[in-house]
Amino acid sequence: MSPDLNVVGNSVGRSDGIGHVTGRTRYTADRSFPGMLHLKMVRSPLHHARIRGIDLSAAERVPGFVRALTARDVPHNCYTILGLIGVEPEEEFVLAEDRVRFKGEAIVAIVAETEAAALEAVSKVQLDLEELPAVFDVEEALEPGAPIVTHWGNNTFMFEGHPCRRVRLGDVEQAFQQADYIVEGVYNTSPIEHAPLETTGCIAVPEANGRYTVYTNTQALYFSLDNTAIILQVPGSQLHFVGGTVGGGFGGKVDVIVEPIATLAAMKTNRPVRYTYSRAEEMQVSSTRSAWRIYVKDGVTRDGHIIARKVTSYADSGAYSRQTPYALTKHAANAAGPYAIPNVAIDAYCVYTNRQPTSAMRGFGVTMASFALEVQMDKIAEKVGADPWTIRFINAYHDGDMKPHRKLVEDATLIETMQAAATRVGHELPDVFRSMTSAPRDAGHDGGRS
Amino acid sequence: MARLRGTGIAAVNYPTGMNLGGDPSQALIHATTSGSFVVSLSATDLGQGLKTVIGQIAAETLGVEFGEIVIDTADTDTGPHDMGTFASRATHRVGNAVIAAATEARQALLEVAAEELEAAVDDLEGDGHGNLLVKGVPTRSVRIAEIASMAQFKYGRTIAGRGAYMKPKSLVDPETGAMDPDSTEAHACTVAEVEVDTETGVVTVLSIRSAYEVGRQVNPALVQGQIAGGAWMGMSHALYETTAPYYPAVDHSPRDFSEYLMPGPLEMPEIECVVLEMPSSNGPYGVKGIGEMTANSPIPAIANAIYHATGVRFDDLPITPEKILRGLDAKRSGPS
Amino acid sequence: MASTIVAFELGGREVEVMVKPMTTLQSALRDQLGFTATKEGCRQGGCGSCTVLVNDEPMLSCLLPVEDVAGQRVTTLESLTPTQGLHPLQQAFLDANAFQCGYCTPGMTMLAQALLDHNPAPDRGDITQALTGNICRCTGYGPIVRAIEVAAQAMHAGEEGQPR
Repeated sequence: MSPDLNVVGNSVGRSDGIGHVTGRTRYTADRSFPGMLHLKMVRSPLHHARIRGIDLSAAERVPGFVRALTARDVPHNCYTILGLIGVEPEEEFVLAEDRVRFKGEAIVAIVAETEAAALEAVSKVQLDLEELPAVFDVEEALEPGAPIVTHWGNNTFMFEGHPCRRVRLGDVEQAFQQADYIVEGVYNTSPIEHAPLETTGCIAVPEANGRYTVYTNTQALYFSLDNTAIILQVPGSQLHFVGGTVGGGFGGKVDVIVEPIATLAAMKTNRPVRYTYSRAEEMQVSSTRSAWRIYVKDGVTRDGHIIARKVTSYADSGAYSRQTPYALTKHAANAAGPYAIPNVAIDAYCVYTNRQPTSAMRGFGVTMASFALEVQMDKIAEKVGADPWTIRFINAYHDGDMKPHRKLVEDATLIETMQAAATRVGHELPDVFRSMTSAPRDAGHDGGRS
Repeated sequence: MARLRGTGIAAVNYPTGMNLGGDPSQALIHATTSGSFVVSLSATDLGQGLKTVIGQIAAETLGVEFGEIVIDTADTDTGPHDMGTFASRATHRVGNAVIAAATEARQALLEVAAEELEAAVDDLEGDGHGNLLVKGVPTRSVRIAEIASMAQFKYGRTIAGRGAYMKPKSLVDPETGAMDPDSTEAHACTVAEVEVDTETGVVTVLSIRSAYEVGRQVNPALVQGQIAGGAWMGMSHALYETTAPYYPAVDHSPRDFSEYLMPGPLEMPEIECVVLEMPSSNGPYGVKGIGEMTANSPIPAIANAIYHATGVRFDDLPITPEKILRGLDAKRSGPS
Repeated sequence: MASTIVAFELGGREVEVMVKPMTTLQSALRDQLGFTATKEGCRQGGCGSCTVLVNDEPMLSCLLPVEDVAGQRVTTLESLTPTQGLHPLQQAFLDANAFQCGYCTPGMTMLAQALLDHNPAPDRGDITQALTGNICRCTGYGPIVRAIEVAAQAMHAGEEGQPR
C-alpha cells in the first residue's frame, strides 16, 4: 500500500458481507408481489424450422391461464442488443415470427396464475413446424450451399463490408518466406455455460403512476432499460429498473432476454409478472461462451523470434450474434498476444449456426485466444529448441512497441510478471532475463523503469 | 500404467474497459447532515465487491473514513447512467467517475470550511481521517462531519459533486484494423503442475501458481479472491466444462449440474499468487482491472503441463479423460 | 387436489403452511413463509444452495416434500443468526471473504453447521468431502474451506470456555 493513501490499498471488509452471511441480501429471485403472475415460454423443439401454425386453444383452457403473447404482440420484435452502440443489423426476434433458428428459441409466452399452470399451458400449445436443414459447425456454415441462418442471406456478421474483423501489420506472406520455421496449430474450444447459481430472471411490476418497475439481476441496468424501451416502443421514463445484487454473472446477464417480454406481459395484464429461467433453460437456452476454432501460423527465426503471425478465428455465435461481434473485434485486437511481432494478419469471423446463441463471458474474445497462443508458444519453443520461458522473454512486448492494431504499447508488465512467477516457483532465470524490463527498447537494456 | 507429472507455463495480457471505449459511467455524491456521503450510481455488483472498492475510492478522495460512505446503486430512478458491469471496466470507469464527483464535492466542502475557519481554500488540507486543517496551524482544524452539518443548517449550501468518465469511442479502420481498443492492460504469468493417470485419463491439477500485475490494488483481499476463483474457473474450462462435448454434434447437451461438470472442492489444487503493482496512468489511483483475466492463463498452463507430462498435444478444450486416453492410444500405436 | 395443513418447527417456532401435495419445503419456506435465505439454484438437487437442517441433518429442501417435515425441526440460516452479532461460522465466512456473489453462502453455511455438529474438529479432508454436493461458481472453494476450519477452531475454543 502506498504511504500517501489511507483507504485505497486496504483490505477493508465487504460492505455487503453481513447481508451475504446472514442470508438477508435480497436477490431478484427472493422478491414476490401480491397477485404476481408467472411467465413460461413455449420453445422450439427443433434446431431449424419454419413455423406454419400455432394453436393456443387447448392452452387457453388450462385453469389459471391468463394470456398468451406471440410475435404480433411485441411492438418492435426484431432487435439487436448492441444497437445501442450502433451495431447493425437488427437480427434477433423477441418471439419467433416465421422461423425458428435454434432448439429452445422462444415462440409463445404464456402468462398464468401459478408456475404450474403456466407450465401446463405451455405443454398444451400445438406447434405446426416444418423442419429445415440445419448447420452446426463454424466452417460448414461458410461453405457454399450451407443452410442460411440469418434473415439477410449469409452466415457471417459483416464488419464494414468485410465478412471478418481484419487486422493487418506488415507483410506476413513475405515474412513467412524469410522464416526459418513455420509453426502451425489449430485450436478448438467448447461452448461453456456461465452457470450462475442464481438463474437469469426478473419481475415486472405495474405501478400506480403508470410506470413499470422491473426488478432484475441484469449486469447492466441501463442496457436492459434502453433495449426494453426500444422493443416495447415506450419512453424510457415509463420504465424503472432496480437491480444491484446479482447471484453470479460472468457475462451471461448482459443479454436482455427476460425483461422486455416480462414487462410487456405486465402491461397487457396490469399485474406483476415474474419470468425466471429454470436451470435447464439457463443451460440450454441462455447464451453460452462461444465455441472457437482458431488457426495459428507463425513464422519463426532460428533463434526463436516470431517474425510473422497469421491468425484465422471462427467464433460460433449460434443463431443470433448478441454481443459476439463485439468479441470478435476485441479478439482481433488481442490475437497476436503480448508479443512484439512485426508482421501480423488476423481474420476473425463471427459465424451464425443453428446452435443456442452465444454471448459475453468472462474474458470475452480473449480467453480462448490466450489458450491458442500460449500453447502455440510452447510449440515454437520446442521447434527451435528453446525453453518455454526463453521463447516468451525474447518475444515479449515492451512499452513503445507497436501492436498489430497500431496502438503503441503502454503499461507493459509481461516481463515483470514472468520474472515474479519464476521466482515464485523457484525457476532460475538466466541473468539476461532477470535484468530485462518492459521499458522502451531505446531506453537501454534495463533502463527506464524502476 | 503410470501417473505422469508435468509443468506448464503461460503468460497473458488483458485489456481494461469496453473494447474501443465509448462506455460512460457516472456518479453523484452528496453529504448528509451527519457527514456521511452518499454515492449514487447505477453500476451493478456481481459479487466481485464493486460497492466496496468504489466506497474505498470515494473515501480516499473525500478524505473520510470508509464507514462514512454509503453506496446507493442499481436503481435507474436515483443512479445516473452507467454502461454496465462487464469488460473489466467497472472499477476503472466507475472509480474515475467517483473521483471526479468526490473532487467536486470536496471543493464545496472546502469552501464552507474556509469560510468557517476564516482561511483561504488553498490553505486547507485534509488528514485523510475526516478532519480539515489549516496548513501549518494544527490547532485550527474542523471535523468534516461538522462542516457538512453547518453547510446545511448555517450556510444553506449543498455539499455535492458530479462525475463522469468515458474513454472516447475509437473507430476501427476496416482494412488494417487500426484502433485504440483499451485503456490499459494487466498481465499475468501462471505455472501449473499436473499429474496424468494413464490408466483412467484423469488429470489432477496439483498447483496453479501465478504472478499478476494489476496496477493498483484497491482491496488486496478482493484481488486474491478474484485470482483464486479465476484459477478454479480456468481449470474447470480446461478440463471439464462444455455444453457440446462432441462439437459440432448437438447431442449430450446438459440440462443440470449432474450433466454439466465442474471441479468440486476435492479437486482443488494448491493456488498461490504474487501480485505486483505498477499503477496505470489513467485508472483511479492507478487501477487496471482483475475481474475477467484470472481464468485465462491457467487454461494454457494446464494444457502445456499435460503435454509436458504425456508428450501428447491436446489442442481441443476441454481436455477430458476420454481425449487423454485416445491421445495416449494414438501415440502408442502411431509413428512417433 | 386438496391442500393440507402441515405444521413443523422452524427456528424454534411452530409454523403451519397450507400446501398442495408435493409442495417442496423450499417453496414453503420461500414463497409462503418469506424465509428467503434458503436459496433456489436448480430445484433439481444439483447445487445445494437450498440446504437446510431437518433435525440437525442437512437436507436439500428443493427435493423434500413439506409433508415429510411435519412435526420435525427445521433450521435455516435465519434461525442460525443470533439476535446480536454473528454465529462463528458467519463471522468466519465474513472474515475469509468466503463468498463473492453470496448465493451459495446460506447452503454452504448450513452444510458446515451440520458437519460441525457431527465432527467438531474436522480436518481439511473432512471439510472438502462434506462440501462436495454444494456448488460455488465464484470462489474456487478455498476460502470456504478455510472459513470452516477457522469456525471449527473458534467454536471448539468457545465450548471449552477459552478466549477466542
